Amino acid sequence: MKVYDLAHCRAGDKGNTSNISVIAYDERHYPLLREQLTPERVMRAFAHIAKGPVTRYELPKLRAFNFVIENALGGGVTISLNQDVHGKSLSTVMLEIELPDGSG
Amino acid sequence: MEFGRRRIMSRRETVRVGCGAGTSDDRLEPALELAEKGEIDYLVFECLAERTIARENLARSRDPELGYAPSLHERMPLVLPACVERNIRIVSNMGAANPAAGARAVRKHAADLGLRDIACAVVVGDDIGEIVKRMPELPLMETGEPLETLLPRMVSANAYLGADTVKAALDTGADVVLTGRVADPSLFLGTVMHHFDWDYQDWPRLAAGTVAGHLLECSGSVTGGCFAWPGKKEVEGLARLGFPLADVGADGLVCIGKPEGSGGRVDVMTCTEQLIYEMHDPANYITPDCVLDITDVTLHQAGADRVRVEGMRAKPRTDTYKVTVGYFDGWIGEGEVSYAGPDAVARARLGGEVVRERLKMRGFSYDDFRIDLIGMSSLHGALEARPVPYEVRLRVAGRAQDRKAAHAVGFEVRTLHVNGPGSAGGGMDPKVRQVLAVKSVLLPRRYVNPQILMEGEV
Repeated sequence: MKVYDLAHCRAGDKGNTSNISVIAYDERHYPLLREQLTPERVMRAFAHIAKGPVTRYELPKLRAFNFVIENALGGGVTISLNQDVHGKSLSTVMLEIELPDGSG
Repeated sequence: MEFGRRRIMSRRETVRVGCGAGTSDDRLEPALELAEKGEIDYLVFECLAERTIARENLARSRDPELGYAPSLHERMPLVLPACVERNIRIVSNMGAANPAAGARAVRKHAADLGLRDIACAVVVGDDIGEIVKRMPELPLMETGEPLETLLPRMVSANAYLGADTVKAALDTGADVVLTGRVADPSLFLGTVMHHFDWDYQDWPRLAAGTVAGHLLECSGSVTGGCFAWPGKKEVEGLARLGFPLADVGADGLVCIGKPEGSGGRVDVMTCTEQLIYEMHDPANYITPDCVLDITDVTLHQAGADRVRVEGMRAKPRTDTYKVTVGYFDGWIGEGEVSYAGPDAVARARLGGEVVRERLKMRGFSYDDFRIDLIGMSSLHGALEARPVPYEVRLRVAGRAQDRKAAHAVGFEVRTLHVNGPGSAGGGMDPKVRQVLAVKSVLLPRRYVNPQILMEGEV
């Protein structure tokens, strides 16, 4: 099971930092995401793109998380050589993360 | 004053604010739809990217009547007739580096359209270039290095002003308010603060107006844009995507909606994505007006395409303004060419390595350099892990302090047509652009002195 199956995401940028929301479609899946979609797992998934660190903020009333991934945007929007300087497409890296235990 | 009755009615109960643009390159028509069908009191255009002011500062230095956002000439004539007819007041940061000149341009458009004389209030004081030049010790937020390191290359420095400036500008009675750098949510909050005469001690209401502004500030991103996903998150009428409006009550109630009949959707899912968007710590979202906490926010479907927002809190504003410093940082050059069919990936990779080697042979060096295979690794890297596609596009990009070095990148990619691996097609002319970079500093409030100027009489 992937994050894609349980949640939707959007990526935003501030300087060289990417922030990516993860929002559960169904509140019953929120505990599973909280347990398995740890900052460490997200850091591993982004290791080839970002230096980190990764901070996770929990928003249970919105059944959402906000992941703040630092040093992720090629030095910053204005100087980056990336095609996607804002990192808008990075939300799909989050969606592709495999969750080891889909049973919850 | 034939608009008096409606304004007094709404002043007592709720005010309706629409978002006519959320980026400098946003679509045009949805603003007109809001003005004609949205029954709005205020129409706000947010049109300034981080480095736009730096670019417009350069334009103003060439011509003192330039320096505002050029899209003003498209957006304003489109909406002015409807806004003047319905007494919808317009607020925008399209003033960029020269809001007074922008205001004169708006008044000229009104005259050219045969509308009544309109009054513009202009917010100035965000441009603090001369002030920070005398404060070279200010640390850059990104690196901690002193501002001094950027001063020789600095082209602009602008403080993110707050909603109090928009409120003061509307208090003059002006039809149109043009600003330079004002924080995005503050443009919206300012309309509401003016309408209900709120002040900076009223935390629950500041929270309400700031949340409303944050939900509106990216235009169609809360109505189904930047959201639609076939099979997962369907959006009806995406091509006709409508832009959002907010109803804010005198008591601080907030509802988000969109014009009836417009495309898109407003529901808990779209609002959740926009609410968290570009928020770092959700308990401490810093604006010039307050520190917003959304950790207890709940969203409720309150009707078709209508969402009620509850539970936001605000703490007092900080004692500093965030300042964006624009500066030159060399040049970026790029080039692209495509390969298809057998061994497409191997030929593209060889082409990329040949470009790298030729640039080195010519003696150029780069602060940053990258080779992408579009279709495999240009967005998320990890080339070796990707499946091999039928066709692929080579992209090479380099950043250098020397314009010649940057130009050479695209030049050498283009020469691959005749001097590189076989069957390369679809190249392009070398692309090169000067880099206008931005960094930030925090400046104590006492150094910033915003003021309101008038163009035309109320």
